[in-house]
Amino acid sequence: MPDPWYVLSGIAVSAAVTWALRAAPFAMLAPLRHSALMAHIGERMPVGMMVILAVYTLRDTDPVVAASAGPAVLALAITIGLHLWRGSMTLSIFAGTAAYVLATSVIAA
Amino acid sequence: MQVMEMDTANREPTGVREEIAAGWRAVLPACVAVIPLGLALGVLVVHSGLAWWWAPVLGAIVFAGTMEFLLVGLLAAAAPLAQIAVSTLLVNFRHVFYAISFPLHRVRGAGWKAYSTFALTDEAYALTVTPESAEWSRARILSIQGFFHLAWVVCVAVGAGVGSMIPPEVVGLEFAVTALFVVLGLEAYKVRRSLPIPALALACAILAALVSGENMLLIAMGMFAAALVCSYFFAAWRSRRA
Repeated sequence: MPDPWYVLSGIAVSAAVTWALRAAPFAMLAPLRHSALMAHIGERMPVGMMVILAVYTLRDTDPVVAASAGPAVLALAITIGLHLWRGSMTLSIFAGTAAYVLATSVIAA
Repeated sequence: MQVMEMDTANREPTGVREEIAAGWRAVLPACVAVIPLGLALGVLVVHSGLAWWWAPVLGAIVFAGTMEFLLVGLLAAAAPLAQIAVSTLLVNFRHVFYAISFPLHRVRGAGWKAYSTFALTDEAYALTVTPESAEWSRARILSIQGFFHLAWVVCVAVGAGVGSMIPPEVVGLEFAVTALFVVLGLEAYKVRRSLPIPALALACAILAALVSGENMLLIAMGMFAAALVCSYFFAAWRSRRA
C-alpha cells in the first residue's frame, strides 16, 4: 500500500493545479477572451487529450498477444459501437467494461 | 418568466431558501448522471490498492472527475509529483475557458468566490452556460455547485464500499477508465467532426509509447500541444499570404 503522505501530496498537488486553472483566468479574463491562439487550442484540445488518455490506459496491452489485445479490441468495439448507436454514456461505459471484465476474468481463470 | 428571474436575483437576501431549492432542481439531473461514474471511481480506488477512505478524500479535494480517474492510476504507480502536476495541467487545461462565461460576478464575498472557482467543474459550467445565469443569485449558483460536490463525494464513497465486496477473481475493472475516455473523446469529436486532430493525437500517443512507456503521457501531450500551437501559426501565416 502506498505511503499515505505521498498519496496526500499527490492529491494536494493535483487539486492546487486544478484550482489555479479554474481561478486564475478570472483575474486575467480580458486578454484571454480575445486570444485567437487560446480559442484555436481550446477548440481542438479536448478530443486529442481523450485519445491520448485512452491510449495511455491501454499501455500495458500487448498488441501482438491475443490474450492481451483480444479483450481490449472486443471491449473497445462494443463501447464505440454502442455509443455511436445509442449515445448513452452510462450504457456504453457499462457494457464495454462488462465485456472486458468477462473476457479477462475468463482468460485469467 | 424572465422578469421573475431578474426579480428574485435582485432581492437576494430574502428568497435564499427558494433560490437553494431552484439550484437543487437545476443540478438534480447532473447528480443522477454522475452516479455510475462516482461508483466506478470508488471501485477503482479500492482495486488500485488504496485504502477505501481515500476515495471520498480524493473526490472532495480534487473534484475534477476525469483527472481523478487518472490520478488513481498515477498514485498507485507512485508517479513523481512533477508528473502529477503536469498531467493535471494538461488534462484540466480546458477549465481556463470556463471563466469566459461563468457568472462569478454574481457570487459576492472572497470566501464564496474561492469555493465557486474551486468547484467550477465541467457540469457546473454546463449548467450555467445559458445567458440568464448572468442574473442568478449567489445562493442558486453555490447550491448548484455544493449539491453536485456532495453527490459526487457520496457516490465515490459508496463505490469504494461496493468495490471492497468484489472478489479478487474479477479482473479488468480498470477498463471503465478507458471506456470513459473513449466516450468523452467521441463526444468531443462531435464538436468539430474533423478527423485530422484525433489522428494527430493518436500518432503522438503511439510515438510516445514507443519512446517511453513510463513517461508517455507527458511526451504525447507535450507533442500534441506543440503541434496545435504550430498549426495555429501555420494557419495564420497562410491566411496572411492569401
